[in-house]
Amino acid sequence: MAEIIIATDRPSSPRDELIKGLWRENPVFVQVLGMCPTLAVTNTAENALAMGLATLFVLSFSAAIISAGRTLIPNQVRIATFVLVIATFVTVVDYLIQAIDLDLHAALGAFIALIVVNCLILGRMEAFAARHTPTVAVLDAIGMGIGFTWALLCLGVVREVLGFGTLFGLSLFPASFQPWTVMVLPSGGFFVLALWLLIFSRIARSGART
Amino acid sequence: MNSTPLWSIFINACLVNNFVLAYFLGICPFLGVSSRNATAVRMGAAVMFVMLISSLCAFGLNRLLLAVEAPYLTLISYIAVIASVVQLVEMFIRKVSPALFQALGIFLPLITTNCAILGLALFQTNRGYNLTQSVIYALGAGAGFTLALLLMSGIREKLALGRVPEFADGTAIALVVAGILSLGFMGFAGMGAS
Repeated sequence: MAEIIIATDRPSSPRDELIKGLWRENPVFVQVLGMCPTLAVTNTAENALAMGLATLFVLSFSAAIISAGRTLIPNQVRIATFVLVIATFVTVVDYLIQAIDLDLHAALGAFIALIVVNCLILGRMEAFAARHTPTVAVLDAIGMGIGFTWALLCLGVVREVLGFGTLFGLSLFPASFQPWTVMVLPSGGFFVLALWLLIFSRIARSGART
Repeated sequence: MNSTPLWSIFINACLVNNFVLAYFLGICPFLGVSSRNATAVRMGAAVMFVMLISSLCAFGLNRLLLAVEAPYLTLISYIAVIASVVQLVEMFIRKVSPALFQALGIFLPLITTNCAILGLALFQTNRGYNLTQSVIYALGAGAGFTLALLLMSGIREKLALGRVPEFADGTAIALVVAGILSLGFMGFAGMGAS
């Protein structure tokens, strides 16, 4: 079964696997996966970056373990196995962030634990890691993770600059600047993501036409 | 121990801090199955049911893990329990009411990866709710999820008839609608105590 899928796949270089997550198959803007953390923790650029890196960590380590053991995992219980592996690494990340920065841990709250149910991760495991060798799977995971991180940063930067008038905690505007409070509220997340999706579909469209 | 009154927990979970529109939990089904009213109702009912059962399980599990002093196992055991609860509910419904099973279809297994369920279990643990409070919290969160899904599907059914610019059709316009709904729900903020 696995051989057939690999054979029908378009042959691609390792470099291709790494960069496809950045733009062509970007998890947020193109595949629209992992929406919950994308919207919930992007009210400041710092939170967005931390969430992106945490997801990157979980994604790469889970991909390594799962693709290394892909012949050992019985097909019937594969989803349950994936979820348990992912949950283990999420627990590691949770305690790691708690050890590094308590304030950050408080700001991200339950959303670190909720990386477990990020459909992006489970999707990559099922669609890619379970069918490829560890090296390729990890490259794919790193690419996807970086793609996810910069997408979160796109949202976080816009929301923090407009909502607080700061970037990574540094003040950008004179004191007379009136912050757009709506940007850091939940509705701002929806609006900014909608805006980025519009921009992206516009760029993708004009690229397809030329 | 938390001593918030029960009505306040319910209003809070349902309206003030609506799981979908204020906490961004369960966005995937919210965007995925909100294009028709009938499916939205069924999805909401299924989620509410699973929330109730997994909330009870999470409460018992938390007590057990505290007793054996292994809090680092919380996340792993919660997700394992939720996955098996969904599986059990699926088997139970298939046995008792094949008609309902047919109606729910693919939505039932997908509930496992609905972050609203795991979020509910984690929040009730963090806030130290007792058994009654947990059940009320689960009911409120489920009702809030169903309400948001219903509102969204009603709007999207009308939207399908309107003329949306081609490049904004689909997810982008749904997100704008969700943003406006979320603004509306902020009006409830004065009602409950945090």
